Amino acid sequence: MGWIVFGLVAWLVGWRVNSYLSHRPRTQFSALAVPVIFGLTIVVLWECAVRGFEINPVLLPAPTAIALKFATSIPILWEDFVQTVIKGAMSGYILGCGAAFLTALVIDRFPFLQRGLLPVGNFVAALPIIGMAPIMVMWFGFDWQSKAAVVVVMVFFPMLVNTVEGLQATDHMQRDLMRTYASSYGQTLMKLRLPAAMPFIFNGLKISTTLALIGAIVAEFFGSPIKGMGFRISTEVGRLALDMVWAEIVVAALAGSLFYGGVALLEKSVTFWHPSQRKSR
Amino acid sequence: MKNLGPILTVVTAIFVLWYAGAVALNASWAYDKAKRANVEITFSEMVADTMQQKKPKLPAPHQVGKEIWKTTGEMVAKGRAFSKRSLIYHSWITLSATLLGFAMGTALGVSLSVGIVYNRTMDMSVMPWVIASQTIPILAIAPMIIVVLNAIGISGLLPKAVISMYLSFFPVVVGMVKGLRSPDHMMVDQMKTWSATKGQEFWKLRLPSSMPFLFPSLKVAMAASLVGAIVGELPTGAVAGLGARLLAGSYYGQTIQIWSALITAAALAAALVAIIGVIQKVVLKRMGMA
Repeated sequence: MGWIVFGLVAWLVGWRVNSYLSHRPRTQFSALAVPVIFGLTIVVLWECAVRGFEINPVLLPAPTAIALKFATSIPILWEDFVQTVIKGAMSGYILGCGAAFLTALVIDRFPFLQRGLLPVGNFVAALPIIGMAPIMVMWFGFDWQSKAAVVVVMVFFPMLVNTVEGLQATDHMQRDLMRTYASSYGQTLMKLRLPAAMPFIFNGLKISTTLALIGAIVAEFFGSPIKGMGFRISTEVGRLALDMVWAEIVVAALAGSLFYGGVALLEKSVTFWHPSQRKSR
Repeated sequence: MKNLGPILTVVTAIFVLWYAGAVALNASWAYDKAKRANVEITFSEMVADTMQQKKPKLPAPHQVGKEIWKTTGEMVAKGRAFSKRSLIYHSWITLSATLLGFAMGTALGVSLSVGIVYNRTMDMSVMPWVIASQTIPILAIAPMIIVVLNAIGISGLLPKAVISMYLSFFPVVVGMVKGLRSPDHMMVDQMKTWSATKGQEFWKLRLPSSMPFLFPSLKVAMAASLVGAIVGELPTGAVAGLGARLLAGSYYGQTIQIWSALITAAALAAALVAIIGVIQKVVLKRMGMA
């Protein structure tokens, strides 16, 4: 009973603090502190609920148990991380986004292709491409190559659509100006159109980070060597070792946030001129 | 419809590539078979063989089409549309989970966005987490949700729908928050001069002006929801549904079955998104926005 009361009190205190902070003028500190406090109260509430209601760890392990498992099994987690994120997701991400970028440049030169491929690309981007996973596993074997292939297919179309859209982001006046400077196609591309396309390209890159991780993890459900995050999750669920599953999820969350954050940082330094990057106030 | 020509060209090109790929990928098996039977085969015989293998590496489009027809149209003709071998049955299993998850996700997303728009504390504490949740590969927890909900006695439709919900609530929240905040100060002030209550302001100003933002998010949410339902079917050990067909096909090397399930899923996604598109057109037209 004590744990439940403590949890509720912690929740109320956290909410009051947040309420106080958010009704004051917004500062950098409060913009960061409020979500952090919210997250912490959720974790405290979770811990107290698990202890207070004596929830079976097979159903829902407590955060402390997950943290303990995480700390004690770092070598395994690292091995899985390398297998899934570095080998599977990253290589597929680079290949897929690179291929989509080059395809977009080709499409951009031929209006006919643009009118034909763009609707098809938009259509394909909405399909459940993750279903390609078993086929890729069959073609490229169980190791990371097949995961990279799934990732390539998954990130290709969102990246393609965004890049093509970005390459059209310049208006006639700007392109005409480049013409009056007698600039070649390459010069126009490098000096005007690619820089203008960067916000769109980074949008595609950011969407693709999540897709890449999802693709690499889900593809492992269809067969993998005895390491990898997807493999570990599905086998540990089978053994009802949920603390290990949660530890893998923490790794996945960290990897996803770092990946996304890294791309966002890169975007900030490349597209510093864009209005969306200006500091508000 | 001036894009019809280019689109048809691209689609034709895809089919040509598909056939070419089928020949290229299946050729080695055709030669292998011929070698074992101790016969020489010509190129045209080899091509003919690649079109009709039982377990090809890449089935030709007409093989997939035939399989889909065999498991849908023919089953209907025999009056066994809902037998376990019929794709209609499996599609229905997946579709029901998708729709339930989509409805739950939309409801959660809309109510969260109302909370975020009207409550400053919630805005500052929940919104960053909603955005952070997008960078996390949520599908990784699918197997766990299925097993845990099974353990407390919930099985069947609901666990899959929960995964779909988790995937589909995010686009709705983001779109709706944007939409509910889209009325500018002038309009809000106008409502104030009419001494409108908070409820009236919501129903008559904010909700209607959020519609153009809601529908594109619903399309994304629907597609995500279908993916969630399919992935949710994987860890249950291939019982029923399109995801189970994919998994069973990959266990037994039934490539034609995998491809037919995949094409069916794609058609399902396209149909669902198209339906939302039609609703969007009708609603926005009646509201005078399109």
